Amino acid sequence: MTTKSQALLNWVDERFPLTSTWKAHLSEYYAPKNFNFWYFFGSLALLVLVLQIITGIFLVMHYKPDASLNAAGVPVAFASVEYIMREVPGGWLIRYLHSTGASAFFIVVYLHMFRGLIYGSYRKPRELIWIFGTLIFLALMAEAFMGYLLPWGQMSYWGAQVIVNLFSAIPIIGPDLSLVIRGDFVIGDATLNRFFSFHVIAVPLVLIGLVLAHIVALHEVGSNNPDGVEIKKKKDATGKPLDGIPFHPYYTVKDIVGVVVFLFFFSVVVFFMPEGGGYFLEYNNFIPANPMVTPPHIAPVWYFTPFYSILRAVTYPLFGLDAKFWGVVAMGASVVIIAFLPWLDRSPVKSIRYKGPVFKIALVIFVICFFILGYLGVLAPTPGRTLVSQICSVLYFAFFLLMPWYSKLDKVKPVPERVTFK
Amino acid sequence: MSVDERMDSSRRTLLLATSAAGGVAAVATAVPFVASLTPSERAKAAGAAVEADVSKLAPGEMMTVEWRGKPVWILRRTPEMLASLDKTDDVVSDPASDEQQQPEYAKNKHRSIKPEYLVTVGICTHLGCSPTEKFKVGAESGLGADWPGGFLCPCHGSYFDLAGRVYKSMPAPTNLEIPPHQYLSDTSILVGEDGKA
Amino acid sequence: MKMSLINLIKRAAAVLMFAPAVAMAAGAALHLDKAPVSTDPAALQHGAKLFVNYCLNCHGASYVRYNQLQNIGLSEQAIKDNLLFTGEKTGDLMKIAMLPAEGKQWFGAAPPDLSVIARSRASGDGSGADWLYTYLRQFYRDPQRPTGWNNVIFANVGMPHAFWELQGEQRANITENADGTKTIALELVKPGKLSVEEYDKAVADLVSFLVWMGEPVAEKRKTIGTFVLIFLAGLFVLSYALKKNYWKDIH
Repeated sequence: MTTKSQALLNWVDERFPLTSTWKAHLSEYYAPKNFNFWYFFGSLALLVLVLQIITGIFLVMHYKPDASLNAAGVPVAFASVEYIMREVPGGWLIRYLHSTGASAFFIVVYLHMFRGLIYGSYRKPRELIWIFGTLIFLALMAEAFMGYLLPWGQMSYWGAQVIVNLFSAIPIIGPDLSLVIRGDFVIGDATLNRFFSFHVIAVPLVLIGLVLAHIVALHEVGSNNPDGVEIKKKKDATGKPLDGIPFHPYYTVKDIVGVVVFLFFFSVVVFFMPEGGGYFLEYNNFIPANPMVTPPHIAPVWYFTPFYSILRAVTYPLFGLDAKFWGVVAMGASVVIIAFLPWLDRSPVKSIRYKGPVFKIALVIFVICFFILGYLGVLAPTPGRTLVSQICSVLYFAFFLLMPWYSKLDKVKPVPERVTFK
Repeated sequence: MSVDERMDSSRRTLLLATSAAGGVAAVATAVPFVASLTPSERAKAAGAAVEADVSKLAPGEMMTVEWRGKPVWILRRTPEMLASLDKTDDVVSDPASDEQQQPEYAKNKHRSIKPEYLVTVGICTHLGCSPTEKFKVGAESGLGADWPGGFLCPCHGSYFDLAGRVYKSMPAPTNLEIPPHQYLSDTSILVGEDGKA
Repeated sequence: MKMSLINLIKRAAAVLMFAPAVAMAAGAALHLDKAPVSTDPAALQHGAKLFVNYCLNCHGASYVRYNQLQNIGLSEQAIKDNLLFTGEKTGDLMKIAMLPAEGKQWFGAAPPDLSVIARSRASGDGSGADWLYTYLRQFYRDPQRPTGWNNVIFANVGMPHAFWELQGEQRANITENADGTKTIALELVKPGKLSVEEYDKAVADLVSFLVWMGEPVAEKRKTIGTFVLIFLAGLFVLSYALKKNYWKDIH
């Protein structure tokens, strides 16, 4: 480094912790050297967040949150999306990046959560990282749900209608609450405008704050790894973990490979199948919102369907409250319960590598149930399907609620002193 | 730093190659985003060339058409009006239209394709007001006995002659802009598009 | 070769991601004929002409500008001469004079805007093009309907058969099945100006145009996408070599 740029850097460092921040979080942040494939998804989630923010900024320049009809009888909001697709130079690409990015976000976040689940990344001392993560997931769901209203197509409209009506199931305050959320007696212009405001300002701010907290907490305690071994317990004479390597350059160059592979698959969708077979962009959403006609079959976007299935699975009234209320409670609980994992898991080991058969079987059942619930959420309910979703919902909750017992009873393998590498 | 010491030549080559390719990717990604800031098809359609029918325009009369949201004047000049341009040659600041305020084909004394018709953007080059027509000559115009006819900007008092040339020592820095235009027929002018396009 | 590889990747991805859903989503499926969608400019231009002549009176395409038809090979002059009737400019949107409320009064439902009809009509049963191709060929005479027409895959449709002069008149032979469902077989009783093959070709061209109009950028998108994927494959090789190089120090 030349003396002049060194002098400039010194000048900045005396006033702002630039070098020390770089060191603390990148060049001297020691990450376990045995990260595997599953550890790509954290950085990929960050990449997609940046992508969504940048594409979002440019979409806002052309999108109009207006439910009134234009001269051709089409809602202005719907027409403005088609305007972006057809008339704004490069607009189609920016919009497809954003719409595909929404689904990609959930794919990488689900995989990222699954990684935490199998390697016990939520265990002490990483409980707060896990709670921040669950909150990020919640904020992401809110962000996606409100963003989905904006194109003002049939699925946007009726999806929002159904979800907002969930709140009316809450006893006493419910009906007034859903009225306050909508700002009208039906989903309308007022709803569209407030969802727009939340989608582009409020929730992104919360998301960015939570992501920062998530990373700061992570770098405070250090990363877990596939062995679930604390690398900070074995340090060399200089105080560096023996099994740790600097995040930069080793994991930056590794994550770049992950990013390129991710972008390859992402581009396949964006450029060759942007509708994602009707799952990323639903066909009925190419019809402008019509408050008079509900499409024959409405389903939420794929990333909500497991939770939507749990909602529909509850068909019995209980304690004098109707099934609708308990469905909402079950759906809310199915997300919130994830945050309690650190205290539900009583296994003496963290990683699935050293856990016994009971946990592994429980996990397989849980994953299968999650997929079945997701799949059923796309379909129209029938008595048979409802029964299946009820069984799967029970198993979903059993995975969490019985964990204190089965994780304690399970036979575990001895955990090595050091991480296994190669 | 230890990493730098170990940096071998193949690593240096790979770093450069990957960074260069990454840079290309970043620039290519920026293209649609920058493109999205340029005028859309809707803006272009609204700014498309407009046809003006001048068949009913009598000598000495002026009509206004709207092009890209701006007034464009079409003035059919009488022989006297054209003659007045000789008189104003000495008092205007850019008599030969050296400033690039007109297409090449209008860089002449009368600043137009056909001497008879002046086509000009009716926006003062000072701060964007639209000048008013002062075609009456002499004292009747209110601009002095030797006023040869022209335009006066009401905002800051710039004078222009009947070819849109600005007088010397006026707030407006340059002559009025001549838009690209062409004759579709003897009586039809297309404003906004060159003949060569 | 290049494109077929891309198609293969695309297919594989589609199968992996969506196969179970597609397989199960069938059920009370509509039987749709596979539309021979073309991207050939001549077919698209023929489709555009049919669209302007037969559809654009009642249906708008209010997101599309006439001059965007230059992308299917029509010159600005040709658009002016052949497709503009009432003094529109080539930069204008393909709007109609009829107000949605009037349409609702006349047909029972306002004729939908057709800009994205080929995208919105897609379903588990087939692509939007398949639906349109089937729909436009399966009108039949039904004296009980106010318009005198009915349709096999869109029962009691409000739209009259706009192409009856071309196709002729079909009669429906309805048979009731054992399980209560009905099978409708169509029979051409009065031939139109076009033979069956010619009519199918005309509808195919029109549907191709509607598909193009649903996403005019589609072909360009695939071309750009091919370059992007090739570039990313190259970048993968570089970045992987770089990663290997750094990680050779880690033991």
